Amino acid sequence: MRTELFSDPQAGRLHVLGPVDQIPVGEGRAYGVAGEQVAVFRLRDGSLRAMSAVCPHKGGPIADGTIDRTVVVCPLHQHAFELETGCSTTGAGPLRSYPVFADESQNIIVRLP
Amino acid sequence: MTALASRSGRSTPGDTRRRLVVIGNGMAGARAVEEILARGGAVQHRITMFGDEPYGNYNRIMLSHVLSGEEDAGGIFLNSLDWYRENDITLHAGVRVDKIDRFAKLVFSDDGRATPYDVLIIATGSRSFMPPVEGLYTPGGRLLPGVFAFRTIDDTRGMVSYAQQDHRRRAVVIGGGLLGLEAARGLQSHGVDVDVVHSGGHLMNAQMGPDGGAVLRRSVEALGIRVHTSSRTTAILGGDRVRGVQLRDAPDIECDMVVVAAGIRPNVEVAVTSGLPVERAIVVDDHMRVPDEDEIYAVGECVQHRGEVYGLVAPLWEQAAVLADHVTGANPKATYLGSRTATKLKVAGVDVASMGLQAPERDTDEHVVFSEPSRGVFKSIVIRDSKIVGATLLGDSRKVAYLTQAFDRGLPLPEERVSLLFDLGGPGEEAGVAELDGDAQVCNCNGVSKQAITDTVRGGCTTLSGVMDATRAGKGCGSCKLLVRQVVEWAADGAVEEDPAAAYYVPGVPLEKAALMTAIREQGLRSVSAVFAALAPGGAEDAKSKMGLASLLKMMWAGEYIDERDARFVNDRVHANIQRDGTFSVVPQMKGGVTSPEQLRRIADVADKYNIPMVKLTGGQRIDLLGVPKEDLPRVWADLDMPSGYAYGKSFRTVKTCVGQEFCRFGTGDSTKLGIEIESRFQGIESPAKLKLAVSGCPRNCAESLVKDVGVVAVDGGRWEIYVGGAAGAHIRKGDLLATVDDPETVKLLAGRFMQYYRERANWLERTYSFVPRVGIEHLRAVIVDDAEGLAAQLDAAMQESVDAYVDPWAERNDPFTPGQFRTSLPLEVLPQVPVR
Ligand SMILES: Cc1cc2nc3c(=O)[nH]c(=O)nc-3n(C[C@H](O)[C@H](O)[C@H](O)COP(=O)(O)OP(=O)(O)OC[C@H]3O[C@@H](n4cnc5c(N)ncnc54)[C@H](O)[C@@H]3O)c2cc1C
Ligand code: FES
Repeated sequence: MRTELFSDPQAGRLHVLGPVDQIPVGEGRAYGVAGEQVAVFRLRDGSLRAMSAVCPHKGGPIADGTIDRTVVVCPLHQHAFELETGCSTTGAGPLRSYPVFADESQNIIVRLP
Repeated sequence: MTALASRSGRSTPGDTRRRLVVIGNGMAGARAVEEILARGGAVQHRITMFGDEPYGNYNRIMLSHVLSGEEDAGGIFLNSLDWYRENDITLHAGVRVDKIDRFAKLVFSDDGRATPYDVLIIATGSRSFMPPVEGLYTPGGRLLPGVFAFRTIDDTRGMVSYAQQDHRRRAVVIGGGLLGLEAARGLQSHGVDVDVVHSGGHLMNAQMGPDGGAVLRRSVEALGIRVHTSSRTTAILGGDRVRGVQLRDAPDIECDMVVVAAGIRPNVEVAVTSGLPVERAIVVDDHMRVPDEDEIYAVGECVQHRGEVYGLVAPLWEQAAVLADHVTGANPKATYLGSRTATKLKVAGVDVASMGLQAPERDTDEHVVFSEPSRGVFKSIVIRDSKIVGATLLGDSRKVAYLTQAFDRGLPLPEERVSLLFDLGGPGEEAGVAELDGDAQVCNCNGVSKQAITDTVRGGCTTLSGVMDATRAGKGCGSCKLLVRQVVEWAADGAVEEDPAAAYYVPGVPLEKAALMTAIREQGLRSVSAVFAALAPGGAEDAKSKMGLASLLKMMWAGEYIDERDARFVNDRVHANIQRDGTFSVVPQMKGGVTSPEQLRRIADVADKYNIPMVKLTGGQRIDLLGVPKEDLPRVWADLDMPSGYAYGKSFRTVKTCVGQEFCRFGTGDSTKLGIEIESRFQGIESPAKLKLAVSGCPRNCAESLVKDVGVVAVDGGRWEIYVGGAAGAHIRKGDLLATVDDPETVKLLAGRFMQYYRERANWLERTYSFVPRVGIEHLRAVIVDDAEGLAAQLDAAMQESVDAYVDPWAERNDPFTPGQFRTSLPLEVLPQVPVR
């Protein structure tokens, strides 16, 4: 999936969000990317996840949520969303998820459609 | 009325479905619609519902629990407004139907609308009966202020807020039936004294005979409720508001409020005005149809079927199913033949169940009775042709489930009748459960059958709470929980998984608090990630467990705790309380609610400088700056130059005080000084849930010490009373007196020891108002005051360690703990845009 990202530039545009260590381990930060609001999380195993930053429930700040390996929990009313797919496990609408990774120089790269 | 027939809101011109209109959006009306939908009725029908109450359908039964404060009014809704929308039902909530035109097939409502129907369901329920008592109404025709019926959410909310006003001391409940006793008990929980005035010769005379009634009276009086039987209320005294009641043959009773629970009357006005057959209620046949009206049905408490009018929910589930079978054509042979009813009193501390006949009626009826008034136990069973036809059971609920089912299903009885009353190795509960038919109703509130539970268990759900979630069984009044458990056990063939999860401290680590703490200590786990790695299944983190673990570890390790910020909730990451729009509120510390011109000036300057949208005084005697964006927090704190008031955490929050003896002419103790000392000592310590404290300088209690987690009151002779476990939020509870002590130092010592005990023993998010009654005030007194378990020294030391580890979190303003700690997460406008690669 990640190699595909490079080999198929048509599938979306890549954006560099800066160094990975702007995000503390286990937390998320919000970025404005091409007019979209994107929350990027750095899991405790070092991998990254990216999704839309605004909770579909009532606009809560997703980047302020609490995460584990599989879900992020919105701080406002505790709806949970799968980090991989954006689907809610608690019956809220879905978040969009975006492909994201760190490149060789430890910069965050996210792909938006 | 000239209104044109208005088409139901969302109909489209090509919609050829039949128009189904339901009058009454209560338990029967909504249930009938659910049954119709379950039979695919939405394909044939476009549904419109009218409800006089401005809400979706709720569980009326639970109003007793709402009154007693065990349940929140918001928590009892059965059908949310979304449910109506999702099922494409047009709901006119808060709209009353006045009349039906059976010939033009129109329903006229009080908003001027005329709605056409093809099929009509009347489910108007009943209302409280208001006996002819002088002074009940104002000259304007409204109930006298302070008089309440007990039927709707609005009635219940009205009662709660009226009872909670300061000077309300005494209430009279008119009616000593099921509802009256539940009202009486509920009112007591708001701190008012209650008298029950009952015109019958004994309590609950509709359900039981005089012998049972006498035993019941003793149990009710033991709860502190005064009972007046054979007493008729002749007038309500007052004029502008309730000040008392006048009784026929007894002295007047002074009181501040009156609750009328003297029976119910079916709502039949619409049917009468519209020319439908009404006797005691709206007459229906075995198909739930109004005779001679092909397209008009009625269901619930407003109907009379074969001469019976019911006042309970169980019959209405059966009626709704039959009605739906006919409306949809799913089963044209379905018939309703009447219901056998059993009732229970939902008052904690008094177990009462009753069903069928009170006493033998025929010479050949058998009557088995056992009475032990001193223990409040009374059991009476009436048997006809070897079947139970009636039973009254007080003070011992062990055989209730079995007997209820034996009564409902006409089960064969053991020869040795005494085993009906006691477990003597006769057919135990399980035998009873095994013999039940699949369609036997287990949960009456939510209409769940034994089959539905069995299917859920066979489908792989083998914990009690899992089955309760999946079927809603046991989630109404709760009185059938025991039976639900038995059915689950029977269906799982003994392989019931105890639902241990309920007892876990946090969901992601399968240990109760005590065991968890032992494991943490033994393995030296000092961070949240270490706890997951060592103790969680598969070492998996769990987002919903992090905050609870962080709090526990900080309490246990104090200065040695390894603080991983991702384990914190956002409030604790940025030391402020997140608001609905993603901004934060800032509450600086103001010890004991005492401030200075200098502080006030700084607060005012900050509010100006940062355009704070709202500055608000809090209930805890502090000043709240609301609407601060995350990125402004460090600068706001710097300009304030005051420590954090911890208004965001699960932690020690504030100490409210009154002005105390220095200025107050009533003051007997220096409450402000003690309040400030307590706050200085315990500031910021984390706890399972928030802790709000108060110190009052005299028994007038201006700081509301009786409803705080820890409340201190100065009393005569320079002594101090310490109350614990009080609350006055969503839940109201008067604190229990822990101790009366001689000096402020002992207050601080015992308050600290109590809080430490609570920190170590309470479940995550368990407030002291649950914790204190759970462990019991006597036990707390023994441990904390008398040191009966030898824990005092250890508790004091642990608390001291936490006190020593305090640092003002707002000091992080100059030195963020993590990168981007205060960066905005709501990138609504001002995010730096990044270039495209
Ligand atoms: C406090 C309390 C505790 C109870 N506890 C129990 C218990 O433990 N066990 C038990 O079995 N039963 C209990 N009951 C009784 C149970 O709640 C009723 O049997 C049940 O609610 C009856 O349902 P229903 O739909 O017939 O009437 P309701 O639930 O009263 O619904 C009728 C609805 O129709 C509306 N309405 C009436 N007329 C019109 C009109 N003209 N136009 C539009 N709308 C109209 C009313 O506003 C109401 O919302 C209790 C009742 C109360 C009040
Ligand atoms: S806004 Fe996210 S859960 Fe409500």
